[in-house]
Amino acid sequence: MSRVGIIGAGHGVFGRRSDATVQELAFEAFRLAIKDAGISRDELDATVVAAVPEYHKQRSVAGVVQEYLNLNPKPTWLTEVACASGSAAIRTAWMAIKSGLHQVVAVIGCQKMTELATAEILALMGRVGEVQWESIFGTTFPGYYAMFATNHMHEFGTTHEQMLQVAVKNHFYGAKNPNALFRKEIQLDKAMASDPVASPFCVYDCCANADGAACVILADESRAKALSKKVVWLDGVGCATASMSVLRRPNLVGLPSAVEAGQQAFRMARVAPRDIKVAEVHDCFTIAEIMAYEDLGFCKKGQGGKFIEEKRSYIGGEVAVNVDGGLKAKGHPIGATGVSMAYEIVKQLRGEAGERQVPDANVGLTHNVGGIGQYTFVHVFRRD
Amino acid sequence: MFSWFGKVSFVPYSKVADFAVHLKDGRMMGSRCKDCGYTTFPPRADCPQCLSGNFGFKEYNGKGKIYTYTTISAAPTGFEDIAPYTAAVVELDEGGRLMAWVGDTIPLNELKIGIPVQVVPRIFDDSPEIKVYYTIEKPGATWKKAPPPHLG
Repeated sequence: MSRVGIIGAGHGVFGRRSDATVQELAFEAFRLAIKDAGISRDELDATVVAAVPEYHKQRSVAGVVQEYLNLNPKPTWLTEVACASGSAAIRTAWMAIKSGLHQVVAVIGCQKMTELATAEILALMGRVGEVQWESIFGTTFPGYYAMFATNHMHEFGTTHEQMLQVAVKNHFYGAKNPNALFRKEIQLDKAMASDPVASPFCVYDCCANADGAACVILADESRAKALSKKVVWLDGVGCATASMSVLRRPNLVGLPSAVEAGQQAFRMARVAPRDIKVAEVHDCFTIAEIMAYEDLGFCKKGQGGKFIEEKRSYIGGEVAVNVDGGLKAKGHPIGATGVSMAYEIVKQLRGEAGERQVPDANVGLTHNVGGIGQYTFVHVFRRD
Repeated sequence: MFSWFGKVSFVPYSKVADFAVHLKDGRMMGSRCKDCGYTTFPPRADCPQCLSGNFGFKEYNGKGKIYTYTTISAAPTGFEDIAPYTAAVVELDEGGRLMAWVGDTIPLNELKIGIPVQVVPRIFDDSPEIKVYYTIEKPGATWKKAPPPHLG
């Protein structure tokens, strides 16, 4: 089977970007990815755009991005699976290339969240729970993950302090990432004392809404080898789903979709969890990163709290996790996030991550969750 | 009249719309597939097991245990006026789970996973329209029920 490789990656600055439209944000990342790949725009056969439409006044954002990138009449399409839209776009680009339909495809994740007010975003995000039986009780996105946290604490003795140690780690690395929204380290005691959001979570358990874009360029094996000397191969793709409603989940201490997607990706790439040197996992809330360690098999179910407490997910531990700051410090422009994760793994596997470089990183992984685990995409990347 | 269900209604229609009428009458209804007998709460019109669309309502007694909970301080649009509020998931003794607010009879320091509870149908008093919901109370809580239902 021929492989699919990433030949270029670009990343804009995440933050409250009141200076730019969504297509302008997309352009920043696209320009950098084209430059990074060292190719001409003419080499592209198609683009896939990842964005969640409800945030934008502009309808059908793929169209406005494609025009602004001056790529008409090349094909484009939009993918949407909530916060996993970016990885879904990478998956469809991989499929388009594998099918032989296209050889070189740019994936652009972009989101302008701050067109909406925070309470509206809370309401919108809460509706990624089931609206008929749950949202009518004022559920919120942090509220849902907080319910997982409540159960994880009850079942395994995980502590709020352990959860906030995830935030401390991610801010520690976010401070070293020029594209991150929050570029400063935080202290555990200050984090513990921050305002309540949804118990047990306080402000520092939650990632921030942000605007931003990221872009990766994928190519089939022959074009990748012809166009690039630093190809990062996307060797394993996994995707699985779970019920929309939390009421119909088997348990609330993990994401079954993440377990399944991880196993698919590991199998396809012929690697085991212990082979992963660097991982980008979906830390929309602190408990989500702890559950990701467990769901991906970096540690046993229930041991995630200890895993962070013992700093095993820092550089120098068993697997370096979210060393770009994660969603927590980098910000979470939801359509861009999955592509941003792939960007970081590409930089890491090429050895271009600067101060936050993971030594000898040759196999990396992204774990991108849509909603409350209704969708999870796990991708395994390798540098030869 | 599914628009009756919830402080804010997001879907005012459903094939199980009479759920809200029953709730107003003090009855909590799940569904039962008339072809294969599959029962579930919350109710659904279409059987996930045998694909039949031939369903009837089945009354649930609302007894159950706390499955998980959170107290929400940062509220979404439409709920700011009641924040902070505590939402919990109840595992029903008769099967299925539901989301609801924790009512006044259970103080927060007594709220724990696994404690037995009673789900109680409610009507918002201060709303000009009919608005129904349910809360989670201590076992033994009582409420008014209308005469037996005549609806499907």
